[in-house]
Amino acid sequence: MNRLKYTSPVLLDGESTVVVENNVRLYDGHQKTSFEGGELIITTHRTLWGRPGTIARGQTCLALHLDLVLFVEEESPSAFSFSRSRKVILHLSESVEESDGPQLTSYYSFIKLSFRDGYTSNVIGVLNDLLQKRLWEPPSPEAPLIPQMPTIKLRTGIVGIERSLQEKQKATDESITKAFQDLSKLMTMAQDMVRLTRTISTKIKEKQGDITEDETVRFKSYLLSLGINDPVTRDSYKSDNQYYKDLAREISDFLLSHVEEMGGMMALTDVFCRVNRARSLELLSPEDILNACRVMETLGLPLKLYQFNSGVMIEDNSSLSAEELSQKLGISVTLAKERLLTTEKYGKCCRDDSIEGLRFYPNLFLTKEE
Amino acid sequence: MSEVDIEWPWQYSFPPFFTLQPNPETRSKQVTAWKSLILTYCQKTKTYLIDVREATQFALFNNSTINRKLEHNVIISILSELQKTGNATPIDKGKNRWEIYWHTLEEWSSLIYEYISNRGMQNTVVTLYELVQGEDSTNEEFNGMQQDVLIKVLRALERERKCEVILDDDIQGVKFFLTVSILCV
Repeated sequence: MNRLKYTSPVLLDGESTVVVENNVRLYDGHQKTSFEGGELIITTHRTLWGRPGTIARGQTCLALHLDLVLFVEEESPSAFSFSRSRKVILHLSESVEESDGPQLTSYYSFIKLSFRDGYTSNVIGVLNDLLQKRLWEPPSPEAPLIPQMPTIKLRTGIVGIERSLQEKQKATDESITKAFQDLSKLMTMAQDMVRLTRTISTKIKEKQGDITEDETVRFKSYLLSLGINDPVTRDSYKSDNQYYKDLAREISDFLLSHVEEMGGMMALTDVFCRVNRARSLELLSPEDILNACRVMETLGLPLKLYQFNSGVMIEDNSSLSAEELSQKLGISVTLAKERLLTTEKYGKCCRDDSIEGLRFYPNLFLTKEE
Repeated sequence: MSEVDIEWPWQYSFPPFFTLQPNPETRSKQVTAWKSLILTYCQKTKTYLIDVREATQFALFNNSTINRKLEHNVIISILSELQKTGNATPIDKGKNRWEIYWHTLEEWSSLIYEYISNRGMQNTVVTLYELVQGEDSTNEEFNGMQQDVLIKVLRALERERKCEVILDDDIQGVKFFLTVSILCV
């Protein structure tokens, strides 16, 4: 805080205003100060703070020369904070001049700017940018820059990189801890739930006959959906079942139009690719997709696995090869062949396997009576 | 083989007819059609012997119009089906040479015995040549029957004690008996 000076808000030579924010409070280190609700102006050279209106009237304000700022960071909001307030920490170098500011000494080597209403522009980015450009320095083509580099050019120095890595790690660590706080609660709850359901199941087992069949079935289904083995019947069902059912619905909803576009059929490999591309994250394993597709039929969904018997009608007196069918319907040759084989399996067509290739004819053996 | 005067069934010009069908229902229809076609063909052309290795020479198994041939193993499996009903028999171990009986041996034997009875030729000895090549039998279906097949037919009759086959070096004949004598009191 001792680096701040009382000064006139008049811009210096070559100085220009970059950002203006309102309702900003100054902190000396962690300590709140009485400088609150003020207007903050970041210029190419300085950071100016003044009570509302003072800067506009050209009255005295507080100024911090950016030369004194080592680096800038955002203070991550505390877990209990719900406000929009955001804090920016300015780490400062030792002041060499005698202070003529509001405070003569300070225990802290940083100040905080608290933006009570958040900020409209990317204050951190702007400050970092300005610190790198160092526009307040007279353009000097030669040497003087080099000795300054290790102390000031923090973004590129090894220390700077290490520090920012550390900060990132810390932030990640915190967010993970926060995320798992909820999960551990859920897990303890789940254990209780498991215990509860177990006792209830045992009770059901003991009191069989006291409650109606209907109720037993309904309760069992609740248990199953919780992912709990039913000790009453020792069924092998787990929550996987419900998972596959939901997955089947999701895949069906998503794929229906695509499958229609493809001519009513889609190979499972295509299904796998499309579904996973649509999800982009949270990818599904081929096995899960296969299992989900298997239950489609039982759920009465519009799609089902191996829906080949929907049937291909071949016009009389003509024959088809898989290649021709694939072109006609715009499906892959493999699928076309699969369709023809299924049609054959149901006795609707028959094959002609010659040196010209495998062709399929309407099954006159069964349809044409002598 | 020369052109055959036979009314081919529609299947003959239907390409899938020449591929064994994997669908069981379809295949059974196909095999049935083949069986009846083979018997009709052999009857019309008086073919008693089919060598599968030369099957492509038969118009039966080779439709040059639609350029389709029936494969050897398929022919063998269809002939094996015919064997089940007594309409064919392989005469070598490799199942390459087959005798075809469009009438089963039993049917043939009753046909021949009927012919003999109608002519009152029981108790006389007839040479095999006379029987199938003689002028008297030119209008009979068994006229021109191959000797091997004829002997099998007669052997069947012999088992019924309706004749006795005499196969000497100098004479190959058959003596038919009166069936009445079997009905003794």
